[in-house]
Amino acid sequence: MDTEISTALQLKKKAKKPQGKITTFLISLYNINKFILRFFKEAFLPPFEFKEIVRQCYEVGVRSFSLISLTGFIVGLIFTKQSRPSLGQFGATSWLPSLVSIAIMRALAPLVTALIAAGKVGSGIGAELGSMRVTEQIDAMEVSGTKPFKFLVCTRVLATTLTIPILATYTGLVAMLGGYINVAVNEGTSFNTFVQEFFDPLTFTDFSSSLVKSIVFGFTIGIVGCYQGYYSTKGTEGVGKAANGAVVTAMFLIFIEEIVIVQITSWFR
Amino acid sequence: MYKPKAPIDYNNAVITIKGLKKSFDDYHVLRGIDLDLYQGENLVVLGRSGTGKSVLIKIISGLLQADTGTITVLGKDIDKISDKDLQELRIRIGFSFQNSALYDSMTVRKNLEFPLVRNRKGITRKEIDSAVEEVLEAVGLSQTINQMPSELSGGQRKRIGIARTLILNPEIMLYDEPTAGLDPITCIEINELINEVQEKYKTSSIIITHDLTCAKQTGDRIAMLLDGQFQRQGTFDEVFDTNDDRVKPFFDYNFIK
Repeated sequence: MDTEISTALQLKKKAKKPQGKITTFLISLYNINKFILRFFKEAFLPPFEFKEIVRQCYEVGVRSFSLISLTGFIVGLIFTKQSRPSLGQFGATSWLPSLVSIAIMRALAPLVTALIAAGKVGSGIGAELGSMRVTEQIDAMEVSGTKPFKFLVCTRVLATTLTIPILATYTGLVAMLGGYINVAVNEGTSFNTFVQEFFDPLTFTDFSSSLVKSIVFGFTIGIVGCYQGYYSTKGTEGVGKAANGAVVTAMFLIFIEEIVIVQITSWFR
Repeated sequence: MYKPKAPIDYNNAVITIKGLKKSFDDYHVLRGIDLDLYQGENLVVLGRSGTGKSVLIKIISGLLQADTGTITVLGKDIDKISDKDLQELRIRIGFSFQNSALYDSMTVRKNLEFPLVRNRKGITRKEIDSAVEEVLEAVGLSQTINQMPSELSGGQRKRIGIARTLILNPEIMLYDEPTAGLDPITCIEINELINEVQEKYKTSSIIITHDLTCAKQTGDRIAMLLDGQFQRQGTFDEVFDTNDDRVKPFFDYNFIK
């Protein structure tokens, strides 16, 4: 166990003493910041773990693909269906594709993707690394001359950061398909017309803010999952806590980041 | 019974520890450890659970930091070397964990390849396969090469754990409770494997245990950890030739007196 981990674990143990919730929160904040700084320090220095990053990207994609496909489609379909009566009151059902596109591309696609990935991928990372910590597999890596932080943490965080934007784009397209099916059945709109009206209202700011959001969400899911797992203690109970903590903390942070990024984006519109 | 044949070089200490102390919060685990491990020697560290035996070898391998004291391993001061040097030093030290610590998402082959691929740049596929086959043969488990760790018995997991450390040809072996949780026959097999490893790979070893059969079969020297210090050192018979109430129960329990 390297010095930084040892210190972090000791600080974590100290936080368990009755020192108040504020102290615990501040110590956690300090540890997380150190963890993030260490990621930036190690992730971009050679040797690069390309093979492992690709493998992790595949894992992240495969783990969430089916659920994201289903959820994306349903979100598009239901959102279109629920929006129709309101627009219909003003005789504006022809605006449905535009309304759906703005809602999906600006907010829903990155958010839905991130929340699903936090549940599927974040918990998986937390549990996997937590289990590796309590069964001494991380220590075994360290004593065999491998840097476990680089191999386990950097690769997973980079994988979620790279893959979530791709998955969010995919969610957007599947949601568009869901919206199109609803519009085609009710209004008889052709696919070409729907696609044209879908993309017309979207600006560069919409795409770029969505991309930035997805990258930030992906990084959050990876770093939180890894942090929870890497500092896991107390045997199997700790593994459960790491998995749970990875999901709850990531979801909470994702909502906070959503608010902050939406606010920043609005200054550029 | 297999006994070590590799000669011990008493002029060459591969590990030297002086005044080592380690505490966890208010609990003083190690209270001044002095120790020399000589080239080719099997040193058994005996002691009750929670007396800091595992902490000692974790400090030697750099997994934990000592509070005070100097630890020299293969001529390098563990506390003063850079991360890069520590990483290089660790390749020369094999660590067999109590619960084997096999990577459970990898097959036996991948477990064995992992340290090799990551530490020997430019190694060919043929060389990797040959090294894997050699260490598997050394631990007598060639047939398990494509199995997952979850498919192995406790004894097999221990053997694979030892094989994974041997693949880097370590100069020092650290065994953390090598016979814990195993049946008596498997324990004897593991003890014999420890001696075979010493002879074949010319390693010097520290064996942490509270199994006296293991201590008797593998140890050239026994060091008894009591109250955070090595209170008794010597051969098996020398250490247990005492009426000390802290030592006698070990012998009585293990040999059913």
